[in-house]
Amino acid sequence: MIEYLFDFHGYGPSIFKGAIITIEVGFLSLILALLLGLLGASAKLSNNPVSRGVGTLYTTIIRGVPDLVLMMLIYFGGQVLINNFTDWLFVQFEIDIFINIDQFVAGVIAIGFIFGAYMTETFRGAFLAVDKGQIEAGYAYGMSKWQVFTRVMFPQMMRHALPGLGNNWLVMLKTTALVSVIGLADMVRLATEASKAVHQPFKFFIPVVLVYLALTTVSEWFIKTMERRYSTGVVKG
Amino acid sequence: MEWLEQILSSNSVFKLSTFVEYWGGLTQTVQLVFLSLVIGLLLSFPLALMRSSDNPYLSRPVWLFTYVFRGTPLIVQLYLIYYGSSFTLQDTFLWPVFKEAFYPALIAFVLNTAAYTTEILRGAIVTTPRGEIEAAKAYGMSWWKRTHRIIVPSAFRRALPAYSNEVIFMLHASAIASTVTILDLTGAAYNIYSRYYAPFEAFIFVAFVYLLISFSIIYLFKHLENKMMAHMKPAEAK
Repeated sequence: MIEYLFDFHGYGPSIFKGAIITIEVGFLSLILALLLGLLGASAKLSNNPVSRGVGTLYTTIIRGVPDLVLMMLIYFGGQVLINNFTDWLFVQFEIDIFINIDQFVAGVIAIGFIFGAYMTETFRGAFLAVDKGQIEAGYAYGMSKWQVFTRVMFPQMMRHALPGLGNNWLVMLKTTALVSVIGLADMVRLATEASKAVHQPFKFFIPVVLVYLALTTVSEWFIKTMERRYSTGVVKG
Repeated sequence: MEWLEQILSSNSVFKLSTFVEYWGGLTQTVQLVFLSLVIGLLLSFPLALMRSSDNPYLSRPVWLFTYVFRGTPLIVQLYLIYYGSSFTLQDTFLWPVFKEAFYPALIAFVLNTAAYTTEILRGAIVTTPRGEIEAAKAYGMSWWKRTHRIIVPSAFRRALPAYSNEVIFMLHASAIASTVTILDLTGAAYNIYSRYYAPFEAFIFVAFVYLLISFSIIYLFKHLENKMMAHMKPAEAK
């Protein structure tokens, strides 16, 4: 019985590899999303109406459209753009190359781009939550703009942003499963293929479910620890 | 109508047949999302009451249900139910129902949205002001009476903003139905893309359709909130 349960018909290691890919996509998109989020938040909070407009457009459109549609647009559309570019290279300079858009890169860009919009909103709210007087006090001490940002603004902003960031990360981790649709061999896609080949869907999807649950549980624990760390000195009511 | 004919004949992608296909996708998406939301909401009321009960035999199973369904991607739940039913139910009387991808997808969506909505409602139920419950008890209301007259309506009103997010989330999540052969909006867009090899036209058009539906939902919920929360608004200065 036990042997039957753990007999993955040779698909075990490949599903493990898929889990690693899921984690890689998750972390790389997180970095991209955080960068875009900081950029977007500063655009939305700036005094320049053009950058404010761009920021608003970005968050409104991205948050109003399904992730899968954006991912397909970036993956299939990106391929067409690259093809047009290589065609142009061939016509102009007779350079004959063919570039295939990589599913991993397309997936990371799409997910990072989508969650950058959610991060923008989180960071924007967090920046606004920092007491204006503290920033003024920082300047009054003669700190430079950068010093105020790293010493006063950022540590306090993080405290307000962390619950939102943690939430975004949990949603994002689950969104990485969508890369299986554009053909990246992540955990979900490998489990689909294996269960089609061996006709035992539960055997391959239940481990996938367990890995996701483990990832979210560990993440939740980590977020709690971080929240506690950034809330030192804050008295909770 | 002339301008319409001109537009239709001036490009190779947006022909009448394309719009018919998008329309079919729209009806599928709306049906799927609407049915899952309604059934999921109905399920989540008793589940949320169980989840916020003091009895661990009631609250623990619901906790496990929401933990599993909120901790895993919807696409995995969909695949598990879709492929799982096709391999296990093929010889049973249920097969005619499960043969079409629509019902496995509906089941996955219903369970998923029920899990999220249960947690939203639970959050609102446990924050019901004590005074309201005490007042209801003082009037001699039974458990059932104060639950359906006081606690649930008051909790639902407070849960409305979070629930509107869940509705938008469900609309967007429904796009993955296209991965199990359902011709919803995204499925239609994918077909049009592959027929004309026109990713930008196909996907940007469908993105705008989703955007439009999202905005309408947000508008509707704002309206509903204004109506249901009218008694909470600060009095107008005279």
